[in-house]
Amino acid sequence: MASEELTQTGYIQHHLQNMAYGKLPEGYVRADGSIMEQAGWTLAHSTQEASDMGFWAVHLDTLGWSIALGLLFSFLFSRAAKKATTGVPKGFQSFVEMVVEFVDGVVKDTFHHSNKLVAPMALTIFVWVFMMNLMDLVPIDWLPMLADHTIGQGDGHLFFKVVPTTDPNATLGMALGVFLLMIGFSIKNKGIGGFVKELALHPFNHPVMIPFNLFLELVGLIAKPISLGLRLFGNLYAGEMIFILIALLYSGGLVLGTFGAGLQWMWAVFHILVITLQAFVFMVLSTVYMAMAHDVDEQH
Amino acid sequence: MNINLTLIGQTISFALFVLFCMKFVWPALISMMEEREKKIADGLEAADRADKDLELAQKKATQQLREAKEEAAAIIEQANKRANQIVEEAKVQAVAEGNRLKQAAEAQIEQDVNRAKEDLRGKVATLVLAGAEKVLGASIDENASSELVNQLAAEL
Repeated sequence: MASEELTQTGYIQHHLQNMAYGKLPEGYVRADGSIMEQAGWTLAHSTQEASDMGFWAVHLDTLGWSIALGLLFSFLFSRAAKKATTGVPKGFQSFVEMVVEFVDGVVKDTFHHSNKLVAPMALTIFVWVFMMNLMDLVPIDWLPMLADHTIGQGDGHLFFKVVPTTDPNATLGMALGVFLLMIGFSIKNKGIGGFVKELALHPFNHPVMIPFNLFLELVGLIAKPISLGLRLFGNLYAGEMIFILIALLYSGGLVLGTFGAGLQWMWAVFHILVITLQAFVFMVLSTVYMAMAHDVDEQH
Repeated sequence: MNINLTLIGQTISFALFVLFCMKFVWPALISMMEEREKKIADGLEAADRADKDLELAQKKATQQLREAKEEAAAIIEQANKRANQIVEEAKVQAVAEGNRLKQAAEAQIEQDVNRAKEDLRGKVATLVLAGAEKVLGASIDENASSELVNQLAAEL
């Protein structure tokens, strides 16, 4: 926020910008007026810089948090799996078993084929997305401030978003993973011919209608991952936005600040429902898409 | 909010976490839980079976007790019978033995009587002879008289 005025707009913009590490071209005029002497990879210092980096940039905060949380999930669950005994489960183990049983139930309800990947995928999605969403409940300035004073220069310059699912890259990235699995399983189960036939001969089974069918089905197909990713992103982004707006109240004096604290608590309580529900929806839809990819004689 | 390389990175990490979960988390947990389910089902079944077994064992024990009682009664009855029989046999034997002893004693007595008679006869002959000698005062032909005496003795 050093280069921007400490305004409300600046505060919001700052909170919505990821920590982008990307390539800037030679001769690029940076936010502080300096000029890139040669093209190179650097941290973006402003929103403009971040968007000028184009595709060749990485959101370090998004990837860092999502991978850290993924590792935490893997560590906790694999440890529980290793320690698991058929005796009476205790503490964390019974929690893990509860989650696994829940996911297993959901998958068995929607997915009736034999596939070793779908259930673990659903479990990973559910827990991972839930953990990433859960970061939303951490008061929005804590971790960015901490990061600013540890890895940044302490001048409020560092962009740092802690909720990976408020970054469309993360949600669409996972949706892309689901999409690839979906295509893969479709081709595996129906053959390339079957897959193409499904695209070309539905919903109107007539040669004349093939272009129309293809258009419809391709749009439908592409819409699946996009809607999957954007749904999660939209919900979490909106939730994050509300948190940011509430946080603005803290700058409005004692009365407004107290009011803001109450609001933040209420929104956080409500948000617990949202983040769980969104993780659940992401999991169920992924499972349903997998089931679609396995249904050989699907009729629309 | 730009779409950039992060998307690919997220997809790759998604794939890796899913793979990890598929390899190391899910199968172990699910198989363990299935095993436990089976164990619990087995346990319940075993409890049911144990209940049935207990009932059966109780029935069997009662029956065996009854049988044992019956058997014991039969044995006692038989023993009584046998005892009576032995007593009867002993009585019969005792009577027989008594009779035998009586007969033997009677035979012995008869024999003794006979022997005493013979003795007596011999002694009478000698006495008669000695008496006659004294009466006659003379010796008589021993041969002739002894024959006479013997004849006499035989007539006694």
